[in-house]
Amino acid sequence: MRRPAAARIAAVGVPAAFLALFFLYPLGAILERGLTQAGGLRFPGDVLFSHDTVEIAWFTVWQATVSTVLTVLAGMPLAWATARLRFRGGRLVRALVVVPFVLPTVVVATAFLALLPSRFDRGVVPILLAHVFFNVAVVVRVVGGYWARLDPRLWDAAAILGASPLRRFRELTLPALRPALAAAAALTFLFCFTSFGVVVILGGPTRLTLEAAIYDAATAAFDLRTAAALAILQLVAVAAIVAVSSRLEARAGLVAPLAAEETSSRRPSRRERLGLGAALGGSALLIGAPLVALVRSSLDTPNGAGLAFYRALGHDTPSLLVAPWHAVLNSLGYAAVATAIALVTGGLAAAVIAHRPAGWLDVAVMLPLGASAVMLGYGFVIGFDTAPLDLRGSLWIVPVAQSLVCAPFVVRLLAPALRAVDPRLREAAATLGASSSRIRREIDLPLALRPLGIAAGLAFAIALGEFGATVFLARSDHPTLPVAIFRFLSRPGAENQGTAAALCVVLMAVTATAVLTAERLAARRGAL
Amino acid sequence: MPMLRVEGVSVSFVGTPALTDASVEIGTGETLALLGPSGCGKTTLLRVIAGLQTPTRGRVMLDERDLGGLAPHLRHVGLMFQDNVLFPHRDVAGNVAFGLRMEGRPRREIERRVKELLELVGLPDAGHRAVQTLSGGEQQRVALARALAPEPAALLLDEPLGALDGPLRERLLDDLRALFDRLGLTVLYVTHDVGEAFELGHRVAVMKSGRIVQAGTPDELWAHPADAWTARFLGMRNIETANGRPIVVRPEAVRVSPGSGARVVSVERRGAVVWLRIRSDEGRELDVATTSIDHPRPGTSVAYEIDPRGIVELDN
Repeated sequence: MRRPAAARIAAVGVPAAFLALFFLYPLGAILERGLTQAGGLRFPGDVLFSHDTVEIAWFTVWQATVSTVLTVLAGMPLAWATARLRFRGGRLVRALVVVPFVLPTVVVATAFLALLPSRFDRGVVPILLAHVFFNVAVVVRVVGGYWARLDPRLWDAAAILGASPLRRFRELTLPALRPALAAAAALTFLFCFTSFGVVVILGGPTRLTLEAAIYDAATAAFDLRTAAALAILQLVAVAAIVAVSSRLEARAGLVAPLAAEETSSRRPSRRERLGLGAALGGSALLIGAPLVALVRSSLDTPNGAGLAFYRALGHDTPSLLVAPWHAVLNSLGYAAVATAIALVTGGLAAAVIAHRPAGWLDVAVMLPLGASAVMLGYGFVIGFDTAPLDLRGSLWIVPVAQSLVCAPFVVRLLAPALRAVDPRLREAAATLGASSSRIRREIDLPLALRPLGIAAGLAFAIALGEFGATVFLARSDHPTLPVAIFRFLSRPGAENQGTAAALCVVLMAVTATAVLTAERLAARRGAL
Repeated sequence: MPMLRVEGVSVSFVGTPALTDASVEIGTGETLALLGPSGCGKTTLLRVIAGLQTPTRGRVMLDERDLGGLAPHLRHVGLMFQDNVLFPHRDVAGNVAFGLRMEGRPRREIERRVKELLELVGLPDAGHRAVQTLSGGEQQRVALARALAPEPAALLLDEPLGALDGPLRERLLDDLRALFDRLGLTVLYVTHDVGEAFELGHRVAVMKSGRIVQAGTPDELWAHPADAWTARFLGMRNIETANGRPIVVRPEAVRVSPGSGARVVSVERRGAVVWLRIRSDEGRELDVATTSIDHPRPGTSVAYEIDPRGIVELDN
């Protein structure tokens, strides 16, 4: 079925043009800044092979590796429980476990500041803990989802052939889950490798990842060439990780022997109930404790428990050019615009990709996911600083950058949903007299409404929490919530810390509301 | 002495009984076919024997040993599923070797035994093939080899031919019967197919709604079905009432000849046997099984008589 040429050109052209202007162009600016000096080409070997850079790169790889191992270990019990056991509240657990993943990085970092005793609250340990907190959802969803689709009778068969529980785990569970484990680990590694908010807040001055070092070089040291060189290093590393992880993910999609949904989970036995309790309790502690500590510290005023920090959000403060509550409005506005842009560009790209997977557009829209947010922000700063593309000071620059961060997620959600539409539905519509544009409107769009709603909610949440790019671009008279929180945190005093905590609670509430509303609406709309 | 004995086993799921007071015995080297419609609890009984399901009541004895509380991997029974459930991450030989490795047998012996079993199931050269590349019938053969490899004390099969069709099914059925006899296996064969049960089972146990309603040799069952439901399930439709009691007229006991008194309604040939449906002038309808070379056409008028030995009284 061929669509009219104009529609096809628009569907490919809009996202392509958007990416070229707002992604490739800033990227080019970084390359130019990093690879030239005094008008000539020059490889930045002095920066890349310096003692500092090697140390930063080593720490980046080390913390990402350790975080990944810890995350997999922490996520496996819950992956097992949600995949294999049927218990009351199972669906709720599956939904709740995603919450940490959509929480803004500054919120999580602040929560761990509040949780850990001040002796440990900066350094490696809190960074690792925060990374586990974020990415446990990845392991539970990716591994658990794969696990749930494996035929449970494989384990029966192994048991009957004489395999003890331990041997079943070693001989069957691990090998059978290997593709999913690899995919989840690669994704977690990527997120930890490019982690920024957590590292700048919890790392202290000496613990720098590449991402944080780029920010440092660009903003504190004003060493634009070093920042660009580090960004190029980051780009190469991330591209390699993305390549590996997308290959692993494709493998995880390989169909293993599938079981019908309802047969794969069953009521737990007595011993399994113990395991279930431990898995749920441990996860609740890991996820709940920091959030509880955050809320408590937002209420813990110098004059006892109270709402003083929340009341202070309405008043002017020396730490910010505007009263903190403006940041709430700014964030909502920016996120709404970013979501709209991401839905249009991502949606069009998804429509194209759904029918032509693994094409160049597929790779292109995923690139911003790999290119880190800090790199994107820095690229905007140095790319759009001269006429005719002088966007410094334009309010639009923030949602545009945020939409680039959101769009890959939109595509990831929408493309499989569109692909999953039974082609015979379209054929049936065609034989009933529907033109191809009519089929899009009557078949594809209604069936995509539910994933579209979920994508909108996720995009909104990501835009709300976006920090790495926004911190470069938000004007100081128009801060977003994460930027405002960061400003408060970087100033001393209980007052500032408390206000940061209160803002975090607000941001958390807004994010949760956005995601839940979208899911709710989507569930109602999608009930065809 | 029975090799496998199931005594008064009951299972209920959340209050709903799935199995009620089921008892069966299988002698050494005997094949028992467990026959019943889907959802009657036959798979549940098999899972209880394998240790995959804990019974609410009753016990399972294997070779005079109470299996109660024993985990599946310690029971030494073999199980073959309806759709093979081969390990996707191991090749054919790896699947067959699995149980032997669990027993810690030496590598040499495992290799020899795997080779032996693959020959036995007619796949001598398939050892290094990936299980996904096999056809459905070949996969079932591998599953059988895998179940047999550790020489289980009893072999349980859960509708092993259910996913196969036509000639393939026939051929595998023949192979299974030959194999059971040759190896002297103690077998519990679960199926919903009367033909399969009668062909394979030395004895057949009929199940209905979680209860075993009758057990006996195929001949016994056919000659004296316990009740109208069983008779109907076995494929007999001539169920009538005589003197206030239900009876069944075995279709092979009705003989037709040229004449009058009834009319042929329909004719259906199933292999060597021709099934006639006749309606008498009084409106009595009967199934007739004949093996004649020549048979009347639909609509012809016939006379019929019934061999009194073929009239069986049923329980209420």
